[in-house]
Amino acid sequence: MIKNIGRYMILMLETFRKPDKGSVFRKQLMREFKDLGIDSLGIVAIISVFMGAVVAIQTAYNIDSPLIPLSMVGFTTRQSIVLEFSPTIISLILAGKVGSRIASEIGTMRITEQIDALRIMGVNPANYLLLPKITAAMIINPVLIIISIVIGLFGGWLACVITGMVTPTDYIVGLRGWFEAFTIYYALIKTVVFAFIITSVSGYMGYYTKGGSLDVGTSSTKAVVYSSILIILFNLILTQMLLS
Amino acid sequence: MIQAVNISKSFGESEILNDVSLTFEKGKTNLIIGESGSGKTVLMKCLVGLYDVNKGSVEYDSRNISKMSFKEKRKIRKELGMLFQSGALFDSFNVEENVMFPLSMFTKKTYEEKLERVNFCLNRVNLENVNNLLPSELSGGMTKRVAIARAISLNPKYLFCDEPNSGLDPKTADVIDELISEITQEFKITTIINTHDMNSVLNIGDNIAFLYKGKLWWQGNKTEILKTDNNELNDFVFATELTKRLK
Repeated sequence: MIKNIGRYMILMLETFRKPDKGSVFRKQLMREFKDLGIDSLGIVAIISVFMGAVVAIQTAYNIDSPLIPLSMVGFTTRQSIVLEFSPTIISLILAGKVGSRIASEIGTMRITEQIDALRIMGVNPANYLLLPKITAAMIINPVLIIISIVIGLFGGWLACVITGMVTPTDYIVGLRGWFEAFTIYYALIKTVVFAFIITSVSGYMGYYTKGGSLDVGTSSTKAVVYSSILIILFNLILTQMLLS
Repeated sequence: MIQAVNISKSFGESEILNDVSLTFEKGKTNLIIGESGSGKTVLMKCLVGLYDVNKGSVEYDSRNISKMSFKEKRKIRKELGMLFQSGALFDSFNVEENVMFPLSMFTKKTYEEKLERVNFCLNRVNLENVNNLLPSELSGGMTKRVAIARAISLNPKYLFCDEPNSGLDPKTADVIDELISEITQEFKITTIINTHDMNSVLNIGDNIAFLYKGKLWWQGNKTEILKTDNNELNDFVFATELTKRLK
């Protein structure tokens, strides 16, 4: 455990250095925006729309007192989506999709000597491979989460329209009521931290892969498991720090 | 010229190299041979600085890399090219991008200048019209040739080849051997080849070093290797039916 933390710290120190060449870094960054961000849009959209719809239906189902206005469905859906579902659940989904991709890509590069080739050329492999991924994820994931929030809220509205449990007007009144901008900042802060966890932990797992293709699979699985556990742990820590 | 001076390397309790001293001359193909597990790959990784030696030093034209910082090592690394056993081409890049990679990282050339150099290197290894192919679309021999082209793209002073013929048919292996030998003489490079292919030894072995159980056991050239009375070397050289008949 302590050895792993130490190696992770050393890897991060190697990663966060000035890139060898700015133009190459920018090109890599653009590639990562596409691979980590744009390519994840589909799954983020699908999960968000259903997530929003389910939250709206469940909330409506649980309101059986005439004293509670139906606009609470919109309010509760918004709060749930913004505070927890979009930043945390989508980050957990991305830990599976993006984390396994990063670990297997870098792990394969390790076992096929591509990382050794970089080192021999005089390139800092950690900086060259990980810095663009970490930077791209920390920039693009908040954008994905904003999109997820919008689609999630739309999903809730759609559920209201289709089921008729709540009128769209009530839902929108709830969405707009008692809004605090800080909840959005809270969601974005969490997302940036989670993006760093997903990319750096997965990069670490891939970078220190030893053996063959079976070990690449093991690294990939570990990347997803450890990223997910850390996301849940940091979710609690950040919530305590920012909301209490 | 590269010199290994009394180098030793251990992993935990296991000693892989024991007091190995070798000189690799410029403009010649220097071969390191030995059985599997004799320490050839570890020696090569010590020479290129991927492993730090426990004792001794590695000197590139009297520059001791064993005592250098990461930054100082980087300067030397720009002067060396390496052909890995698997080729180690970058999967996500096509052939042109692979060969262009060192030029993009370490030169300020324009795209046209880099492309000109890439095409020169690819022509030099007898490859044409492969610029847009991905590594997965190349044969074993082509992969090795692209890796050689990438290794020579920055005009290296030192070229390291780890098992350049592994996985290749004898004819293609010969082509790769000839290519490495020609490039060595043409560009006056110090070339070090790690191999257990006797065909390469007899074909291009200007200087040959035989490692046995982590020690330097014998040194000579391709003519002398056939006449030696060193028992361990003879067991290695004449291990196959073909070489026994040759003897």
